[in-house]
Amino acid sequence: MPAPLASAQLPATPPASVARRRVVLLAGCLLLAALPAIAHGAGQPFLIATFTRFVIYAIAAVSLDLILGIGGLTSFGHAAWFGLGGYVVAIAAFHAQDASTLLGWGGSTEALVVWPLAIAVTALVALPIGALSLRTSGIHFIMITLAFAQMLFYLFVSVKFYGGDDGLAMQRRNTLAGADLRDATVFYYVCVACLVAWTTLCAAIRRSRFGMVLSGCRQSERRLLALGYPVYRYKLVAFVLAAAGAALSGALWANAARFVSPDMLAWVKSGELMVMVILGGTGTLFGPIAGAFVLLGVEQLLSAWTEHWMLILGPLLVLFVVFARRGLWGLVAGER
Amino acid sequence: MATLLETSRLDKSFGALKATDDVSLAVDAGEVHAVIGPNGAGKTTLIAQLTGELAPDRGTIRFDGRDITGLPTWRRTRLGLARSFQITTLLPQMSAEDNVALAVQARSGSSFRFFADARRDTTLRGPARSFLERVGLAPVAQTRCRELSHGEHRQLELAVALALQPRMLLLDEPLAGMGQEDSARMVALLRSLKSELPMLLVEHDMDAVFSLADRVSVLVYGRIIATGTPQAIRDDPAVRNAYLGGQGG
Amino acid sequence: MLLFLEQLLNGLQYGVMLFLLAAGLTLVFGIMGVINLAHGSLFMVGAYAAAAVAGHTGSFALAALAALAAAGGAGLAVEFLVIRRLYDRDHLDQVLATFGLLLFFNELVATLAGRTPLFMQPPAWLGGAVEIIPGVPYPTFRLAILATGVAVAAGLAFLIARTRLGMLIRAGATHRAIVGALGVDIRLLFTLVFALGALLAGLAGLMAAPILAVQVGMGEQILIATFVVVVIGGLGSVRGAFVGALLVGLVDTLARAFVPGLLKQVFAPTTADALGAGLASAAIYLLMALVLVFRPRGLLPA
Repeated sequence: MPAPLASAQLPATPPASVARRRVVLLAGCLLLAALPAIAHGAGQPFLIATFTRFVIYAIAAVSLDLILGIGGLTSFGHAAWFGLGGYVVAIAAFHAQDASTLLGWGGSTEALVVWPLAIAVTALVALPIGALSLRTSGIHFIMITLAFAQMLFYLFVSVKFYGGDDGLAMQRRNTLAGADLRDATVFYYVCVACLVAWTTLCAAIRRSRFGMVLSGCRQSERRLLALGYPVYRYKLVAFVLAAAGAALSGALWANAARFVSPDMLAWVKSGELMVMVILGGTGTLFGPIAGAFVLLGVEQLLSAWTEHWMLILGPLLVLFVVFARRGLWGLVAGER
Repeated sequence: MATLLETSRLDKSFGALKATDDVSLAVDAGEVHAVIGPNGAGKTTLIAQLTGELAPDRGTIRFDGRDITGLPTWRRTRLGLARSFQITTLLPQMSAEDNVALAVQARSGSSFRFFADARRDTTLRGPARSFLERVGLAPVAQTRCRELSHGEHRQLELAVALALQPRMLLLDEPLAGMGQEDSARMVALLRSLKSELPMLLVEHDMDAVFSLADRVSVLVYGRIIATGTPQAIRDDPAVRNAYLGGQGG
Repeated sequence: MLLFLEQLLNGLQYGVMLFLLAAGLTLVFGIMGVINLAHGSLFMVGAYAAAAVAGHTGSFALAALAALAAAGGAGLAVEFLVIRRLYDRDHLDQVLATFGLLLFFNELVATLAGRTPLFMQPPAWLGGAVEIIPGVPYPTFRLAILATGVAVAAGLAFLIARTRLGMLIRAGATHRAIVGALGVDIRLLFTLVFALGALLAGLAGLMAAPILAVQVGMGEQILIATFVVVVIGGLGSVRGAFVGALLVGLVDTLARAFVPGLLKQVFAPTTADALGAGLASAAIYLLMALVLVFRPRGLLPA
């Protein structure tokens, strides 16, 4: 090709905003790395556990952004995958603890076994549910994903063997390649590593051929069909990928809390994840991380102040939607 | 000449309205075949059936000898039947080049590739740029689609369709809403493609139709009332009566 | 067999209650294109108002008035302050804003009325039971719910098919721009429809108060069931909402009543109970999945 390819590699956004985005990203990474030190410095080491939970939710929010923000698929049942991932880990631990078996398997508490297992099981369940849900679109899709999540919610409520309504506790955290995850700081960094790895993966996917098709689906499905793309398959793969990310998050959550319950799959949880994504900026992948920190941080602060914090948070959300047209990431990093 | 696209006795009704009524149409390889007709004649419905967005009530559509009546849109495209949209359906948040590159990508095997940066892939970007050059859009390759002018959108529609390297083009009013200058450029462009690509052209602009088409079919109230060379159509009294009469012949 | 008849009636009664909610939800969606998660909150507000007023005054008539006034008032406030700004927005924005509203209403009610459930007695004149067939008593109040629900459905059908407002509603659902072009004050139409939906939700709350525990979260439970109804029936279609509501009411009630028993034929009793409860809860979602597989736009799309 004689055409100069150098100019073809220029991104659609101007360089200044690229630089700004990099600075913000770098600052964010440094902040994540420094949080335990800050917590210790402030004499509040218990905050490390709080930040760990923020990080874990951020993973689920990023994975939701993959389908919601990039693919334009508004799933209102994302917490189901979060909960399912958590339950796989807790059930594996349950069997390992009391030496019983599930289908002949004695359970495990090794992270390198049960975390991938949580991801795989969740992906397997998400596949048929996604296949059915994606037959619909728009508002129907919102509602059917919600309904399937409710179905899984009731499933765990009714399985009394694994605690039913009351949930299922884990005696201790998983071991990671034999190493103990009991130490709060170690576990925090493990979670941050997962967040960074998952977000990097999602960012790569967004730029890839697959990501271009997925982004095209959001902008005009009709165009993608006319280009000869069987969009259903791409959306389904994205749906399963996003579920897998949420499962990882749920697996970490089970370890953080050493407890899982049907509440992890509750629809309010799905709503919160959506809030994080939108608050942070849909389709930006990094924004939802900020969204998770801000939403959970505000919840934390308000709940320390008053028991009726939702009286304030609810209207805040409404105001945000009505008046803010782009998320935090857009305001801070200038994207979109 | 061999027939490339052929509809046989196509019917499509919406309630009592027969939008497509017993339409049999053949586009030969190497031919530009135009379909003209007054507003509401059923042109859009016909295109939608050819692309697979609407299913006909009765009748068959064959492409290159193969029955494609039941095939979904994306499969028809893969067989080599590409279309342009009347109302621009480009991807608004992507650049012009992205839009064309996505068409190149569609032709280049699986898109289930998750890691390499598609915007740095020269096997996609190179061809995309050459198609943009062909329609005269190289200067705005990096401009986001929603910031392009209407005329540029029409050109980009064509570049995207060409990038699919189709065996036949379905052009749904490619001149719609264009000014005279843009129109003339588009007609010239289409004429330069004539030798390479058979086309089915649905268009309002009579001058363009008569200067481009080898054959013309006239659609009125969902029925084809005449098919023939531009000259024959011009002279057909039934056509003049139903359609051209208002223009003073 | 007698048990079956009783459960059948329970199912229909739950169905008409769902219909009252689904009608509002589907009209608001059909005409305004707004998806309102706070619809269940209006139901909850109605139930609380009824239970509170009945508790203080002992008068069912006053309770009924309070339920309608509270739900209607809350609905108008919500429409005026929030929904109005969401007409042309993404569904995502609508979901999010109304999600915020829902959190707010839950907390508001919890703050005002506390977290312990309220209970309400049906009025004395509806408190007994009638024998539907000789030897089978059935609570009069539940029959009254059934009758009211059917009457409201008939009234709605009349309103939509025969009145000018109904004509606008039908036209608005399919051709919003045209209704605007007819010189109709579209804002007023939207407000009226939203208020109508709120009143129906309040009425459902009033009916539910004597048979369910009135507590925070009751709105969400029924909202999600209502979503299932609306999706099964076809979004925007009131007829679809009616059919969907009866189907969901019947399937849910019958599944809860009979699935554990059926499972006991196969499994040990404890397993059957646990599994049965789960399956029964999931039954309506399975039904929805089935409907969507064969009719992605619902049974009677608008």
